Amino acid sequence: MTSKLARKIDIYALTWRLPIIVWQMFFFVGPVIFMIAMSFFLVKNYRMTEAFEFVNWSKMMSKSYFWDSYFYTILIASASTTLAMCLAFPAAFALAFKANETVRRWAIFLLIIPFFTSYLVRTFSWFVILSEKGVVNAFLSYLGLGPYTMLNTNFGTLVGYMTLTLPLVVILQTVTMANIDKTLIEAARNLGCKPFATIWRVIIPLSKTGLIVAAIFCFILSFGDFVAPFYLGGSQEPTLPILILDTTKSGQQWPRAAVVAIFMMATLFTVAFTGIAVAYRKKTSR
Amino acid sequence: MKSNRTLNFTLSVYVLLVFVFVFAPIFFSVIFSFNSQRFPTIPLGNFSTEWYVKILNDPDIWQAAFNSLIVSSSTAVIATILGFCTAYSDYRYNFKFKGPYLALILLPPTIPLIIMALAMLAWLSKIGMSGQLWSIILAHSVLCAPFAMAVIRLRLNQMDPDLESASWNLGGTEWATMRHVIIPFCKPSIISALCLSAAVSFDEFAVSWFVSGLNKTLPVMILEIVQGNIDPQVNAIGSFVFLISMTLVILAQVFFLSRQMKGT
Repeated sequence: MTSKLARKIDIYALTWRLPIIVWQMFFFVGPVIFMIAMSFFLVKNYRMTEAFEFVNWSKMMSKSYFWDSYFYTILIASASTTLAMCLAFPAAFALAFKANETVRRWAIFLLIIPFFTSYLVRTFSWFVILSEKGVVNAFLSYLGLGPYTMLNTNFGTLVGYMTLTLPLVVILQTVTMANIDKTLIEAARNLGCKPFATIWRVIIPLSKTGLIVAAIFCFILSFGDFVAPFYLGGSQEPTLPILILDTTKSGQQWPRAAVVAIFMMATLFTVAFTGIAVAYRKKTSR
Repeated sequence: MKSNRTLNFTLSVYVLLVFVFVFAPIFFSVIFSFNSQRFPTIPLGNFSTEWYVKILNDPDIWQAAFNSLIVSSSTAVIATILGFCTAYSDYRYNFKFKGPYLALILLPPTIPLIIMALAMLAWLSKIGMSGQLWSIILAHSVLCAPFAMAVIRLRLNQMDPDLESASWNLGGTEWATMRHVIIPFCKPSIISALCLSAAVSFDEFAVSWFVSGLNKTLPVMILEIVQGNIDPQVNAIGSFVFLISMTLVILAQVFFLSRQMKGT
């Protein structure tokens, strides 16, 4: 019965299915494919001409600053991911296991707000708070410490990344751990498992998938962000997003920026797919 | 048991610290926007509304605020329509290539904004659509549609699958069922999706900056003022931006949750 119905053109079904296909073809798939094509174009006298040459690729690949920037970006994004996962874990643990349902709902409600709220302005606010004469140093001087230089350092960049990622990571970790079957934890405790061993051998393995997803999101966000390394890190060591920004905005070298962008996307897909493969891997060994 | 209490206490303090870290920038931005000193630090200067007066008298800022309003409201409408259609298709139908179909709408937020910005700039210039206010709207609708779709899809999950067929059995056409059953059922989530996509669009700066040409939105304006200087005006503009986007996100959540509490 259904097959007969399906064979007719179902206008009702198409009305709901087609809009997004058409729209995304024009304004999502189109741009991405064009950007890939653009990486083979040539720039002559500041004008882009359509071509199929590998010159942008070979130029970028041979530049040492590109590779420095690439490895630095991977390093700092990994540092950010590790830091966010570690900083978020105790909070998420408390919200998942110690807090009651109402507190947990409120906490998540509150954390969703900053995640969707003006990351740019929050970063600028850190710029003020962390500066030589800013709030943190003013506070530290009461304690007889400082002043410390926090801006234009990796520390500054990481504070920015945490502003971006920490709310999301706490939310994802909390939701994941709150969904663990509590009886399994009690069972472990009854069988004499020490508290820290319970975390390590019961809770973390049971929430592995959610934790890895949180880490992937954190890596993607940090890897692609230009605001934190630019304003708080001082872009002394430019990350790839800053490289794209500079190449596009000042140099008119869109094709080379496209090369960097494709490199970034390839890296992110590799990280995401590896992560997902690990997250959903069936346990084979005991 | 004493150590357990200490542990619980420590954890509570830690959670509090995380919240302090997360909300500190918002808090200080608002505080400093009312501070008379040019350089924002502690101890604070006098209470002053000087920065607000300054931005209120700046026609460029009015223009940017107006642009932001147009962009975020138009984006919200387009993204919500796209999101609703896709959420309903996903809820109602199984079809070939459903995976790629869903990837089409859900993928954009996983691509760094700077890359989307470059791709959009290049493509929209190629087809002669860049540098306009509606260039931003086109690009933002792609970025916001997934959030709208997710919100509405979660709501559809709560709908009794028999509800739709009951309406058909009672003689309603598919179109009438959509109008009288499904849309009313999804209404809170549709409002929620409108608010959330408006908030995402209102705060987005990278893509706007690349494709907008001379039509600046508020975040782009902030981005350009900030370039390395500390200008207390930014705190005033920022506080205004916080107010708008936080209101939108809170509304989005309230509409989304209110129906969940009441049940179906």
